[in-house]
Amino acid sequence: MPANRLRGLVLIPLFIALAGCKAVLLDPSGDVARQQSDVMTASVAIMALIIVPVLVAIAVIAWRYRASNRDARYEPEWDHSSQLELAVWAVPLLIIIALGAITWIGTHQLDPYQPLNRVVDGKSIDTNVRPLEIEVVSLDWKWLFFYPQYGIATVNDVAAPVDVPIHFKLTSSRMMNSFFVPALVGQIYTMAGMQTELNAVINKPGVYRGFSANYSGIGFTDMRFRFQGLTRKGFQDWISRARAGGKTLSLAAYRKLASPSRNVPAAYFAAYAPDLYQRILNTCTQPGQVCKDKMMAQDARRNQWGPSARHSSPRPAAQQPLTSVHEVPAH
Amino acid sequence: MNTTVADMHPPAPPVFYTREEVHHNGTLLGFWIYLMSDLFIFASLFACNAVLGTNYAGGPTASEVFDLPGLAINTALLLVSSVTFGFAMLEMARQRKRAMLIWLAVSGLLAAAFVGLEIHEFATMIAEGATPERSAFLSSFFTLVGTHGLHVTVGVIWLIVLMVQLGQFGLTEANIRRLRCLSMFWHFLDLVWVGVFSYVYLVGVLR
Amino acid sequence: MDHRSEIWNFLLGNLSLKVLPLHNTLEDRILQVTFAVVAISGLAIFGWVTVKRRWGYLWREWFTTVDHKKLGIMYMILATVMLLRGFTDAIMMRIQQATAFGANMGYLPPTHYDQIFTAHGAIMIFFVAMAYIVGLMNYVMPTQIGARDVAFPFLNNLSFWLTVSGVMLFMTSLFVGSFSRAGWLGYPPVSEYQLGSGVDYYIWGLQLSGLGTLLTGINFVVTILKMRAPGMSLMKMPMFTWTSLCTSGLIVVTFPILTAALFLLSLDRYVGTHFFTNDLGGNVMMYINLIWIWGHPEVYILILPLFGVFSEIVATFSGKRLFGYSSMVYATVSIMILSYLVWLHHFFTMGSGPDVNSFFALTTMMISIPTGVKIFNWLFTMYRGRVRFDVPMLWTMGFLFTFTIGGMTGVMLSVAPADFLLHNSLFLVAHFHNVIIGGVVFGVFAGINYWFPKAFGFQLDPFWGKASFWFWQIGFWVAFGPLYVLGLMGVTRRLSHFEDPSLQIWFVIAAFGAFLILLGILSFLMQLYVSIRHRERYAVGHDPWGGRTLEWSTSSPPPPYNFAFTPVVRERDAWTDMKEHGYVRPRDGFQPIHMPKNSATGVWIGLLGFAFGFGMTWYIWWLAVASFVGIVAVAIGHTFNYHREETIPAEDVKQFEHTGNWKPAGEGASA
Repeated sequence: MPANRLRGLVLIPLFIALAGCKAVLLDPSGDVARQQSDVMTASVAIMALIIVPVLVAIAVIAWRYRASNRDARYEPEWDHSSQLELAVWAVPLLIIIALGAITWIGTHQLDPYQPLNRVVDGKSIDTNVRPLEIEVVSLDWKWLFFYPQYGIATVNDVAAPVDVPIHFKLTSSRMMNSFFVPALVGQIYTMAGMQTELNAVINKPGVYRGFSANYSGIGFTDMRFRFQGLTRKGFQDWISRARAGGKTLSLAAYRKLASPSRNVPAAYFAAYAPDLYQRILNTCTQPGQVCKDKMMAQDARRNQWGPSARHSSPRPAAQQPLTSVHEVPAH
Repeated sequence: MNTTVADMHPPAPPVFYTREEVHHNGTLLGFWIYLMSDLFIFASLFACNAVLGTNYAGGPTASEVFDLPGLAINTALLLVSSVTFGFAMLEMARQRKRAMLIWLAVSGLLAAAFVGLEIHEFATMIAEGATPERSAFLSSFFTLVGTHGLHVTVGVIWLIVLMVQLGQFGLTEANIRRLRCLSMFWHFLDLVWVGVFSYVYLVGVLR
Repeated sequence: MDHRSEIWNFLLGNLSLKVLPLHNTLEDRILQVTFAVVAISGLAIFGWVTVKRRWGYLWREWFTTVDHKKLGIMYMILATVMLLRGFTDAIMMRIQQATAFGANMGYLPPTHYDQIFTAHGAIMIFFVAMAYIVGLMNYVMPTQIGARDVAFPFLNNLSFWLTVSGVMLFMTSLFVGSFSRAGWLGYPPVSEYQLGSGVDYYIWGLQLSGLGTLLTGINFVVTILKMRAPGMSLMKMPMFTWTSLCTSGLIVVTFPILTAALFLLSLDRYVGTHFFTNDLGGNVMMYINLIWIWGHPEVYILILPLFGVFSEIVATFSGKRLFGYSSMVYATVSIMILSYLVWLHHFFTMGSGPDVNSFFALTTMMISIPTGVKIFNWLFTMYRGRVRFDVPMLWTMGFLFTFTIGGMTGVMLSVAPADFLLHNSLFLVAHFHNVIIGGVVFGVFAGINYWFPKAFGFQLDPFWGKASFWFWQIGFWVAFGPLYVLGLMGVTRRLSHFEDPSLQIWFVIAAFGAFLILLGILSFLMQLYVSIRHRERYAVGHDPWGGRTLEWSTSSPPPPYNFAFTPVVRERDAWTDMKEHGYVRPRDGFQPIHMPKNSATGVWIGLLGFAFGFGMTWYIWWLAVASFVGIVAVAIGHTFNYHREETIPAEDVKQFEHTGNWKPAGEGASA
């Protein structure tokens, strides 16, 4: 990317300011975050083309035309110039067209729902490698991770082997949070009853900070977790250690875990109740709750009872009495 | 020729002020702008209904709770009250205060009947268990229709106050202005209702 | 208190001694000291007014006034008081974040800290920035268009008192119960499930003041469309009036959406509906969409009038016509329209898909085109001018530098892929302070310094004005530069405690910057004090800056009726045109002038509105119902008053026109 070279010129002042501190957003360790960061620096470079001259011009013009400088020309009636006005509209427009193009392409290429097509610049995905599936739940106020391919669950600790695509599916038990590991990939919201997705890959082994980036109540400050980039071997060891404790996250244990708490240490479960993630997503972890997906399917069938010309097909749920639906407990 | 004259007599300095008192009244425009802003409240509620209108959450669905024949009566009442309000405005233009007051009273009664039927509809639904707390669909339904009903109620109260003022002070300039505002309000609520019954009710049972 | 009788429950709702800050905790100690300070200063003011027998004067001349100029001044005072409140919150946050590292948890627990950032944001936007711009528009706009008052003078008074009732609810929350901990926009599910009075204070405070703002918007649109002086076509309006029109238009189409969103939130909280709940079909994102459909235009509501202020100041202090007036107008109108189409950029990270995100990213970037045009046009206004660097122009220069950089970081945030990294970070916090302080606050101070002599007949002290400017300008960069850096280090906002000690130095620097800004605020207060104290020394004529628009054609301060004769406008810079073409001020032939009469209705509705909000917040239903019925009764009673005008006799007009402050600029004579 030519922007990489430009960056050095444009961001000199910034780099001086950042010398000695870890500006993770400018030097992330995951390929997706790296590309997002590149788009960011490229946008700064493009804007600098207009911002820097403007800042200089403000100073120069103000100084040159100061009232005490009687040498400068004074034209109190001069208030219009077609060429200049064309230019003041055209120049920002050109900048925005360039920036818009980058944004359009970047937004589509780096769509968090899109499976990755490379591990790192110049290295495409090994077709034999299946993405690592991780299901993420933000609880009040800690993070729960499921590894469906390994059958384990963890709290506030998540790991992945380097250079293996990761596919996150995310939801929340109650409050809205934002799942963010700055070194890995840009954030995404977690919302109760809804699922978001995130594709990422970590390229360098290491321990990285993860946290919630959306205020979610008094325990929000402590909603930190550890994200580890591990070698294949290290990752297998990590999985084995998680299994070693032998604990199971049953539905009852989950309900206990989900109740509000702060500063929760990392925890590991060798197994978890079947479909637990699906139940959390469909808000049916409490006894008697009907899962949202089932309920919505039933609802859609029932409303076809109406005098609709669109639904001429037989309506199986039409006879369902009104009373039955009221038996669904509200909470 | 003219130019020579102008050259000889330099033009008098231009006039920079007027000695006449300039009078403006922006009440009708202002009220119209208020109505447009009110439309945004309704737009927000319609948007909620559009998004949440099928979230029955296992509760009653639109086609189960809506009473379309009753709705037809309701709609007719409100539309007719708009027509009778129009008659009142015509009488106002003819300076016939008594006839105008009668038409206003008719409009008010029709609107009150509309509100009464709506309250009855709400009461029936709540008795059947279709309460605003039951589902997002019902929340948005009760809120949108209820907000419209509340507007009509305000309109009726305003009408009563204005009728008292018309009786007391007659067809003064201020009262005519107020009547025009109320008239706009009345027709505005009618328009909103057209949106409510066609979108919330008719589309509601179809989707 | 747990077993009190039914009657007490009825009378007091959820109120009890427990909700008062009487506990032996640090949090309550802070509140007790604050309360003591507020109470003592309140009593001092009350006592002083009583001793001086000024209550009647205040009531007649100020509280019940419908004069747009006095209401404007009252808005400015209200905003300044609330600036002190909001800034106290800011300093408290800076101290907390500079100290709470590792084992040190800081002095504020999250229950308190979270209230502070919520209050800081809500107060600064609604009661500082909004009150300042409404105050400026109130004072200046009618005089710029040659009008004697606004279209609905009584509504103007009502708007003010509704804003005050919102302020009173916010301030009451300091000492009775607690304030919202849900952030300045009250996002559910936090606001949905938070128990206690906080969110309710927030909702009712904003509903009341929001209604006031909506009425102001309607009022100003009608004023500008209907009450311009003869000859002033739309394209001859001063820039500030243009921006006021666009801002008022935006208010009219957005504040109802805020009202609706908060109304639905309150239904969820009070009635148990399911608009934004997690269960039974509610949808959190519905609220977030609605609140930002209001919220994004809101930031343009705030900045547009200040763009107008800068346009007036740049032209005046360059001694030159504004460059590219038509471009400026089109730019303002395009900003107004585009601002309605960008709200989703506040939550790109919701996962709405690349097409939606690209659309909103591009519309957002497009706003920077008209904004850039404005910057260029100010630049070309200075070009070939004679630029005088008086205090208003200094603020304008500060704005040009600061806002340009803030605009750039804003466009960075609008680049959707970058926003996934920067969203909710301290980079974002630095960005919006960069544009709001650099744009709105600098603009407000520029406007205050510019129009103060018009309002009072004497100038503000330039020394303290410059001190205030430099402390603000430098303080801003010291306070928010580190936040940009921290944002790039991946630090998110609203945290009350940190683990990583390497971050601390940046927060310490930021706290130091906040203290520099404090010095800026104190310098501003000092500037006011010194200037008022020695007002004879600072006295100026009615046109001290060589103004170009109509407000400078009348006396300083203007008479109650603004203009003895309605001006007739020929040119865009009407007052310059008058000065250049031999305008002679009329000395006789005055006629009686009809002006609107004062009204106490606004005060009563404001007070009852406060009582209603308080009753709703504490579930004191009798109070809520009674005050609501009271509001309706007072409003209906008001409509029975048909005699709303009074006449200023021709002799009084004549007397004022002969004794008013008509000294030319710089002659230094008292009013």
